Formats: sequence, structure tokens, C-alpha cells
Amino acid sequence: MTYKQRIDNRGFDETRPIEAKVGVIARADGSAVFKIGNTWAYAAVYGPRNLHPKFLQDPQKGILRCNYNMMPFSSSGERVRPGGSRRSKEISLVTEKALLPVLDLDEYPNSVVDVFIELPQTEAGSRCAGICAASMALADAGLDMKDLVSAVSFGRVDDKLLVDLDYSEESYADGPVADIPIAMMPNSGKVTLLQMDGEVSKEDLMNLLEKAKKVCMDIYEVQRNALREKYHEVEE
Amino acid sequence: MSKIIVSDKSIAVPGETLATGMDILPGAGTYREGEKIVANRLGLAMVDGRTIKLLPLAGRYIPKTGDTIICKVIDVSFSGWRLDTNSAYSAMMSMKDATSEFIQRGANLTQYYDLGDYVVCKIVNVTSQKLIDVSMKGPGLRKLKGGRTIEVDPNKVPRIIGKQGSMVTMIKDATRCSITVGQNGLVWILGDPMSELLAIEAIKKIEKESHLSGLTDKIKEFLEKSIKH
Repeated sequence: MTYKQRIDNRGFDETRPIEAKVGVIARADGSAVFKIGNTWAYAAVYGPRNLHPKFLQDPQKGILRCNYNMMPFSSSGERVRPGGSRRSKEISLVTEKALLPVLDLDEYPNSVVDVFIELPQTEAGSRCAGICAASMALADAGLDMKDLVSAVSFGRVDDKLLVDLDYSEESYADGPVADIPIAMMPNSGKVTLLQMDGEVSKEDLMNLLEKAKKVCMDIYEVQRNALREKYHEVEE
Repeated sequence: MSKIIVSDKSIAVPGETLATGMDILPGAGTYREGEKIVANRLGLAMVDGRTIKLLPLAGRYIPKTGDTIICKVIDVSFSGWRLDTNSAYSAMMSMKDATSEFIQRGANLTQYYDLGDYVVCKIVNVTSQKLIDVSMKGPGLRKLKGGRTIEVDPNKVPRIIGKQGSMVTMIKDATRCSITVGQNGLVWILGDPMSELLAIEAIKKIEKESHLSGLTDKIKEFLEKSIKH
């Protein structure tokens, strides 16, 4: 059986409904929520602030520290055990690497910017949602950044190329699946994160990258509007 | 062909193209990428002739020489005091900059400024590594006794003070509180409790609506209305 139509009747190039809001956590220096379908990511930014232990300090520039955390009953599967895991550590690291190229922390030697990403509910694409939320929160915190970072997952299910896989598609069992999260600076088109799980041909990957670029631009629009909305709300 | 894309006083988001053309100059908070001028932070775009700059709307305090700030004493050492500046870096105040009084060798420094005290001081020097030296010698620099300190966004401090201090004077007159605003975003208020609360409310209102025009009139109206009740 081939995969003819997406389970939730979306188009193959269509993402799940996206919702974004900035300034959702009062005590944070910057915060944002990014919801894509049933995957929700909250990001809170604290800093630049004093960094301890001292050996972590960099006298050249400030450092970025990301923390990705899925809440205990956030996924449809087993309860996620609280605290760090091998997976969350990896995602924290790639999130950090995906965000660093846009950030300019030269003004803040020996300090740290902390980013906490919390996921109250997830259904695939959580690292991408986390990166989108984190980049909005960093902008909201007033840090110097060249661009926002927009992220989406894409891939193939059977012989179809699609954007923003949900859980049922990621775990499709009747054919080969590839799940490829990508993060990019939408205005310059530079890629800051590219991972892959599964198999895909070179031509398909190139086609998918083109599609992902377009989708990232759309996500950038959503992020931009959310950032503006925070200040326009006050006017009304 | 140069063209300014962004409109004056609109909100710009990182990565947004503000203008194109080589004869337009990038100001603070923007950078040039080939022909384009691009926003480097979230801010309010200000078009001034051929330059475009972004006024920051958010962000932590960055210490600058000459700023008058409100600090909290967090440590006392042999030679002076360490102060929390409400930024990523702490400041050092040496004995000789602290007071005009004579301090005896080996004196207990907590009798001048104790842990937890708030002081108004001036930044004398900031190094590239953000080591900060502050001084208490100057008009208006003193220890703060009583009252309460609140935290506001340091980027909104110029709006809270107003032109030649017009805004803060208005709040002071209306609430009969003494108010000291530090450039680092700490505000100290002393008065009777109800007026202190009113002053805080007014300051929070300025902070929230600082990017809108006609702010002075709005705050004036707010204060008049609140005092009548």
C-alpha cells in the first residue's frame, strides 16, 4: 500500500497549524511560545548574567546555554522520566549550535545567556518547535542577532516527499521513512541545523531542501508577526 | 536605486530588511549586507534622513562610564565593597571612592555600607572585560535609607525620566514621593505607602507604553484621576 494522502488531510507541502506568541513568561528576560499542531514549545531566556562555575567563562564572549526538556506526560508514549536524558542532552546541544550563528555575544564577556525550552505536549517536530520558540525568546530578550532562526522537519514517507511530519508519519511502517529536521536563517538561506533519521536519495533531499526553505520563510513571517504583536497589543 | 522599506517608528525584527541602497547608512542596531540594511535586533526603527537606527525595546543593562546607577551591596572586602549592578557584572567600590570621611586602618567597613544596603553611585570606569569601578563622590550620590526599590526595563529609563526630568518630576509632584531613577533600571521610591504604590503604578504604566506617543499627557491624566479617588 502506498502513502496517497496524509492522515490529517493536509497537503504534502503544508505544515500543521502554527501559533506563536511572545512575552508569555513574566519573570524571564525574554520568552515565547511556539505551537505547531499538538507540539507546544515554551522558551524562556535569562541573561546575559553572571556565569559560575568560573571555568566555564569565556573572556572573549558570552556563552549560550540551552536546556531542552520534555514534560513527564508530554508525549503519547511512555511517561518521560523527569530530568536529563541522552536524548534531551543531544537536542539541547544541537539547539545551542543552531542558535549560535545568529547571536552576537561579544558585548558580554564572562557571562551566560540561559535558554530553557519546556515542552508540555509533543507530537513530533519538537526540536524544531523548540528552536523556533527559542529564537523568538532571544529576540524578545533584546539580544543582538543577525536574523531569526526558523526550523521545520521534512522528509519522506514511502515515495512521497512531505513537510512537517507528525507522529503517525514518522512511525509509518509500510515503507521507508526519512525524518529530517532543518533550522535556517530564513533571510540569508543559511542552514544552522540539519539532521536525518532514515534514508532518502540525493535528488529527493535537494528537492526537500527547496521546499523547506519556503516553509521556513513562512514560519519566519509567523515569528515576526508574533514579535510585533507584543508591542501592538499595548496600543489597543 | 535606494529605497527605505521600513516606516519611521515601526517595530523591526532581527533579519528584517530595513532599506536597500548604498547611500543609506546603517545606524545602531543595524548592519549592512551587500546592498541591504538589515535589523540586528528587535527595536523601534528611527529614520533620520539617510541613516536608519534601531532603538532597543528590551534587554539587560550594559554598564557604561558616567552612568548613575542604584546598586545593592553584596560583599564587603578588606579594601572596599562589591555591588550588584543589575547587569551581568558586579561593580567594585574602593574605600577611597566610598566616602569623604576618614576611614581608620582595619576599620569595620560594614559601619559605612552593610550587606543589603542600596546606594546611588556613579560608574567611573568600565574595562573591556566589564570590570566596573564606581564612586560615591558627587552630587546626589548617597546611601538610600528606607523606601522601596523596584526594577524596570533599563531601556525605558529615559522615558521614565522624560525630557529634562519632566516625567519623573510630574510623578514626584503628584505623589509627593522622593524618587531616584538609576540608569541600570532600579528605581527607589520613598513616601507614604499609598503614594508609593501610586508612583509604582505610574512607572509601570510608562514602562509598558513607552513606545507610544503622547505618553506624558496619558500619565498626567492617569495621575490626576487616581489622586481624585
